[in-house]
Amino acid sequence: MLNRYPAWKNALIFLVVLLGLLYSVPNLYPDDEAIQISSELSPLTEFDIERATTALEAAQLNFFGAAINDESLLVRLDSVEDQLRAKTALENAFGPDYIIALNLAPTTPAWMQSIGAGKMNLGLDLQGGVHFLMEVDMDAAIERRMEDNLSNVRSILREERIRSRGLTLVDSTHLEIRFATSDDRSAARSALITNFPELQLQNSESGDFFVLDMRMTQDVILQIQRDTIQANRTTLINRVDALGVSEPTVQQQGANRIVVELPGVQDPAQAIRILQRIATLEFHLEAELGASSLSYEAFDYQGLSINVNNDVILQGDRISNVRSSLDQNGLPQVQISLDAQGGNQINRVTRDNVGRLMDILLIETKSRTNTTIDAEGNEVDEVEFYEEKRLISHARINSALGRQFVITGLSSREANDLSLLISSGSLAAPMTIVEQSVIGPSMGQENLDQGIRGVQVAAALVILFMLFYYRVFGLAANIALIMNILLIFAVMSSIIPATLTLPGIVGIVLTVGMAVDANVLIFTRIREEIAEGSSPQRAIDAGYDRAFTTILDANLTTFLVAMVLFTIGSGPVKGFAITLMIGIITSMFTAIVGTRALINLIYGGRKVEALSIGTIPPRTEALTVED
Amino acid sequence: MLSKQYNFMGVRRAAAMGSLLLVLISLGSLATRGLDFGLDFTSGTSVRLNFSESVAIGEVNTALAEGGYNDAVVVSFGSDRDIRIILPVDESVAEADQASQAVRVGETITALLASSTAADITLEGSDYVSAKVGTELAEQGGLGMLVALGIIMVYIAVRFQFKFSVGAVVALAHDLIITLGLFSVFGMEFNLNTLAAMLAIIGYSLNDTIVVSDRIRENFRRLRSGSPADMVNVSLNQTLGRTIITSFTTLLVLVSILLVGGESTQGFAIALIIGVVVGTYSSIYIASNVILMMNVTREDLMIPIKEGSELDDIP
Repeated sequence: MLNRYPAWKNALIFLVVLLGLLYSVPNLYPDDEAIQISSELSPLTEFDIERATTALEAAQLNFFGAAINDESLLVRLDSVEDQLRAKTALENAFGPDYIIALNLAPTTPAWMQSIGAGKMNLGLDLQGGVHFLMEVDMDAAIERRMEDNLSNVRSILREERIRSRGLTLVDSTHLEIRFATSDDRSAARSALITNFPELQLQNSESGDFFVLDMRMTQDVILQIQRDTIQANRTTLINRVDALGVSEPTVQQQGANRIVVELPGVQDPAQAIRILQRIATLEFHLEAELGASSLSYEAFDYQGLSINVNNDVILQGDRISNVRSSLDQNGLPQVQISLDAQGGNQINRVTRDNVGRLMDILLIETKSRTNTTIDAEGNEVDEVEFYEEKRLISHARINSALGRQFVITGLSSREANDLSLLISSGSLAAPMTIVEQSVIGPSMGQENLDQGIRGVQVAAALVILFMLFYYRVFGLAANIALIMNILLIFAVMSSIIPATLTLPGIVGIVLTVGMAVDANVLIFTRIREEIAEGSSPQRAIDAGYDRAFTTILDANLTTFLVAMVLFTIGSGPVKGFAITLMIGIITSMFTAIVGTRALINLIYGGRKVEALSIGTIPPRTEALTVED
Repeated sequence: MLSKQYNFMGVRRAAAMGSLLLVLISLGSLATRGLDFGLDFTSGTSVRLNFSESVAIGEVNTALAEGGYNDAVVVSFGSDRDIRIILPVDESVAEADQASQAVRVGETITALLASSTAADITLEGSDYVSAKVGTELAEQGGLGMLVALGIIMVYIAVRFQFKFSVGAVVALAHDLIITLGLFSVFGMEFNLNTLAAMLAIIGYSLNDTIVVSDRIRENFRRLRSGSPADMVNVSLNQTLGRTIITSFTTLLVLVSILLVGGESTQGFAIALIIGVVVGTYSSIYIASNVILMMNVTREDLMIPIKEGSELDDIP
């Protein structure tokens, strides 16, 4: 028995070790504290660097690496204290039109970034930041879709010249159309059925009327909910980008909530200002002169009172893209792109209404808390959503519009504002912040430092103990242990971009404690084999062999537990589960294959008299139990 | 320490009684005293203050403690002139009044701090933090534990034998109940970190139990004579060295987290230290005891015929 690994196996282990080292090294480069200055109005220029320099010098602050990057200005500073002071100084110098955000700037060399070797994402508890939990108002999304259907039904009936005796929205998923005759209803049914595959049609009678009920199926409702949360998430990501945060998280949580985490951001008020512009858009026609006062609502627009027809001709969620640009004559304009259905919808309406004015309403949802007294006389707080509508565009329809159209006749400032307002309003449903938390930078840094120190002290103690107790074998286990930590870091930094949180660090530390377990099992077996009289080479082989099933069983069951936690849990539970899973896989590799390779290198392929594995226990007699 | 053979199973009835007593005390305390839930689960108040000049967090802490707010946590908030004070829920106030209470607390704290500093203080806001999310997490955690226990039972039943899965799950439940019970008895705060620790205890305790069960299975198959109690005893003695060393290294790690890991991980470390100690004990006395109580026999663990050749390899 030679106890030698083939060359390819050693090479493979070496390669894994090398990759582990390469991909965990970027974590050693600390980020610089930085301030990011940006503006929604115009990109920053060299002039702004000078303005920032003057302000920072006046405040007697050390700074470096001021550079313009993607239209925003980044200034690096020495410490968190300097960063906070610099923020105050820059806010005074630049005024309210600029966004001054705290940030972190990476210092990793470019070549490492190019091979995808990056730093591990740190959770908010480790680097500070703001956390928001936003709840999406799903009922509003469904009701809005139904209102959209209602106006489509109306225009189709008009086109087909079918007279109805009333269209009503019974509830958010149910639409009712009344007809005078059964023939009208049949005609309507055949005209509508192909256009509304998502609605179920059903005939009923009510008094003298023939009623056609259109209902949304449960599948469609679920689909809308999925689409809605996705659309809201996308819009949030765009808004968060405007904040210039380095590693934002925008994740769905549960069926109707979205978590927004803005690491490094210390001014939640700024973030709320941008995130809470919760808004949706509606396109309407201006009411015709002499129309019934019930069919329109009056809005203020640049000092004029405009009557806006109640029918929604297009919802904001049909907008796929919006931007302000210059036309061929160099005049500012806002370009709007719609999806296919939106294109059809707006075409149908506008081709018959060329020359009329089209209005865009921005509907911002806000919430307020009302206190009421319930039956038992207790005060009950209820959060109520209310809408604030604003007319943001009032423009003449010059021709039938299609999937792409432009709004012209604006100043460049107006075009810019309008495109921002429209994009902020292309949300599928209103959202409210239901939870908000801020973790200060010093607290995050303290958590991180203490976590790292915990890992260091723990690893040092375990390493000393293993060396003392298992000698040369302990040394092999220790090298495997360090490799294991490196591999966990490498996997978390690059392969699975997981976020390291405080519970995650504890997960790693725990892996340090438990990873040596596999080696303890193996080495105890080897000692037993020697006690029973096996030769050193045979003892090594048998020890690894027999301990393997035990290690596999123990690790597999723990892995199953971690998987359950990962699937069901969220937040800290998930963070803990992920490091545990990664740790189990890497520790199986390093503790079994890694130490075996080392032991083979030390003892394999030669005649060995004795193993340096610490005290060998006396032979255990099978059934000599002391009573 | 490894040369002696201990008769663990000789005291198994006493151990069972002791464990039963501990479990009953734990359940009793959980039922009467309950757990001291942290802000994650209980809701809480957060107050934001702006100072006209730089403020030292230490001084605010002192002033708050003097004013009777011992539980207040102060963090910097955006700049060196802003702070945020987090307070646990005031138990004496009715639940429905908490939100309005939060506003009053904000005003009281502002007045209190204003008297201790020369700076002007502005109350920028006070809000009530909902525990909805934390409660959901706790429910998920509880559900996770149950699902995990179920899957473990199935896995062990397939890999070992049904009696072993009962043993392992009883040991897990024993560890979780006693750890939670100690948190309840000593009034230590139970937060999301401690919840994660409970989940880690499942993993650790299981690991220990599997190693012992593995040895019991092996000895039942290998040794020709001896009563089931003897088999278990031999197995426990053979794995004792490993059990002690692994528990020792894990405890080394946990004690270092407790001492240098800072306040945020203390609860986690304490929960795990309790869990590891109880888990080590339960893998020796509880899992094996249950297996014996269920009358485990050699036939339960015999290898199916097709794998029979494996026996020949054993010298």
